[in-house]
Amino acid sequence: MNNIRFSDESLALVQKMIQRYPEGRQKSALIPMLHVAQAEFDGWLAPEVMDYIASLLNIQPVEVYEVASFYSMFNLKPVGKCVIEVCRTSSCWLLGAEDVIRHLENKLSVKVGGTTTDGMFTLKSVECLGSCGTAPMMQVGADYYENLTLPKVDQLVEKFRHDGKRKCYTDQPENVTI
Amino acid sequence: MGKKLLLQHDHVPGIHSYEVYRKHGGYASVEKAMKQLSAEAVVEEIKKSGLRGRGGAGFPTGMKWSFLAKPPGVPRYLVCNADESEPGTFKDRYLMERHPHLLIEGMITSSFALGANTSYIYIRGEYFYVSRILEKAIEEAYANGWLGKNILGTGYDLDLYVQVGAGAYICGEETALLESLEGKRGNPRIKPPFPAIAGLYGCPTVVNNVETIAAVVPIVTMGGDEYAKIGIGKSTGTKLISASGHINKPGVYEIELGVPVEEFIYSEEYCGGIKNGKQLKAVVAGGSSVPILPAHLILKTVNGEPRLMSYESLSDGGFATGTMLGSGGFIVMDEDTSIVKNLWNFTRFYHHESCGQCSPCREGTGWMEKILHRILHGHGKISDIDLLWDIQGKIEGKTICPLGDAAAWPVAAAIRHFRSEFEEYVKNPGSIQDVKHYYRLNNLTEA
Ligand SMILES: Cc1cc2nc3c(=O)[nH]c(=O)nc-3n(C[C@H](O)[C@H](O)[C@H](O)COP(=O)(O)O)c2cc1C
Ligand code: SF4
Ligand code: FES
Repeated sequence: MNNIRFSDESLALVQKMIQRYPEGRQKSALIPMLHVAQAEFDGWLAPEVMDYIASLLNIQPVEVYEVASFYSMFNLKPVGKCVIEVCRTSSCWLLGAEDVIRHLENKLSVKVGGTTTDGMFTLKSVECLGSCGTAPMMQVGADYYENLTLPKVDQLVEKFRHDGKRKCYTDQPENVTI
Repeated sequence: MGKKLLLQHDHVPGIHSYEVYRKHGGYASVEKAMKQLSAEAVVEEIKKSGLRGRGGAGFPTGMKWSFLAKPPGVPRYLVCNADESEPGTFKDRYLMERHPHLLIEGMITSSFALGANTSYIYIRGEYFYVSRILEKAIEEAYANGWLGKNILGTGYDLDLYVQVGAGAYICGEETALLESLEGKRGNPRIKPPFPAIAGLYGCPTVVNNVETIAAVVPIVTMGGDEYAKIGIGKSTGTKLISASGHINKPGVYEIELGVPVEEFIYSEEYCGGIKNGKQLKAVVAGGSSVPILPAHLILKTVNGEPRLMSYESLSDGGFATGTMLGSGGFIVMDEDTSIVKNLWNFTRFYHHESCGQCSPCREGTGWMEKILHRILHGHGKISDIDLLWDIQGKIEGKTICPLGDAAAWPVAAAIRHFRSEFEEYVKNPGSIQDVKHYYRLNNLTEA
């Protein structure tokens, strides 16, 4: 537990975040800080990590746990390096999201919610990600992958496997230039 | 071609950058508001424009702004709702990704009108990459003197921040959003007090949708009266429609309010007709929460009038034969769509997203999901259909926030208009096989 500490870079970022709110309202930084923490500490929020965040904000650990457990983007258990999140809602579903999910389950030999034995992939199904006009779609890290077909899914999985990198929401997106 | 006010420069390369945006008249509304008008005069223009909230409820924006309490010495806040999680809705993402400065400009002009010196854009966590686009635009706005201290030498100060959420549909509800922005679980607050009196940090707050804030820019630039001439009746101006489902040209379309639904679905300018030459079966016109309508009722009102894309026309006939414009999430379903299965998908969504504070919503959504699941899988009884009807009626209007209604309405509408399809599932479970093979049409196996 004692060795949990943000890198200097993350610490500077977090300090900046805390200043966005009026005096006495620093708890507002909790959710943005949890994103930074999840990205830095292996893609999930271990209890020690949440305790560390509580100490930085000077709040009770339970205030962090209750928030982390409310929001679907926070992982409270270890996950694979690439969390593949396939939208399963209305428009994606109308255009074949179930096929995409079933295909990934077979390809990765995991059920939705599971992680591959090599720790590379976690497969999740999620609710509408605001990409319904380009359905079916999935999100991996910061990036949206849209108008999916099964061959496209295969290619992407191979690419992620080849990169071997952990993907986080906070990454610079690969699909969009900013 | 209909009039375009928000996506007017959609095809201009580099319009997301400050220089190009500015060259095309960007930030003129800030100059006009601060130099020619006053804060009060801007609120007047918004009132005159007839602008109604684009987040779903359609509440008049000018009126909302004039309700904002102004106790001396207490800060006021403007919070932009960029949570966009209503299934079928993706217009705010489009706007923020491609036209970030339009939102930033709208935030500055609106904050000035409301007397807010700190404003936040609360964006859903999954749009993390979009938050970076906004942050870059904000940096450019600071660098060019549109944000910060003493803007345009007027003595007015404004700081603008982007706050990311972390995955929760309920955080689109304005008081849940404020809770989340305060670093808490997204549990909606009991109202009153309304945010206009006690919102963020207990201070007077206005919460507006991304598109509403963006619309402030053309309104202030052209004047409220001019804006009110666009559109039809009390549905003034333009609206972004997110079109998806079984259509040839899904995407975000800016329409002048009042376009006939039939034209919107079939013309090449918009959706381009139904995919694969199929027939239209049903439409969910305003995001997953609004009542589904069968083809004949979405194209024409019960009196045989052509149905228009406007607040009034879509709700003509009440819930018996009409629906709502909602968020403008327009989901089109072709003849092969299973209404029962689609409803199960929606109901599962609401069950998953219920925050759990009120028993009718927490329990009722779960019961409805379970019953629909058993009907779908051939274990339903005819009495289950009445049971569903009964449960939805016991949720509607009996909860802290409107998510309960949003979960109840789709169930009521599906039974109201497609009862025979539910009965078919119960009486003839074999028909389910056809639905399972429905995806052959999607051609997902082709590269
Ligand atoms: C469950 C629920 C989800 C909502 N989601 C959103 C949303 O994602 N975006 C939005 O702008 N408004 C959403 N709203 C509406 C907001 O509560 C609020 O009315 C709106 O942000 C006000 O802005 P407007 O007047 O500009 O439309 C939601 C409401 C409910 C009940
Ligand atoms: S209606 Fe549902 S989502 Fe809204 S407060 Fe109640 S339980 Fe929560
Ligand atoms: S339904 Fe899948 S992104 Fe909206």
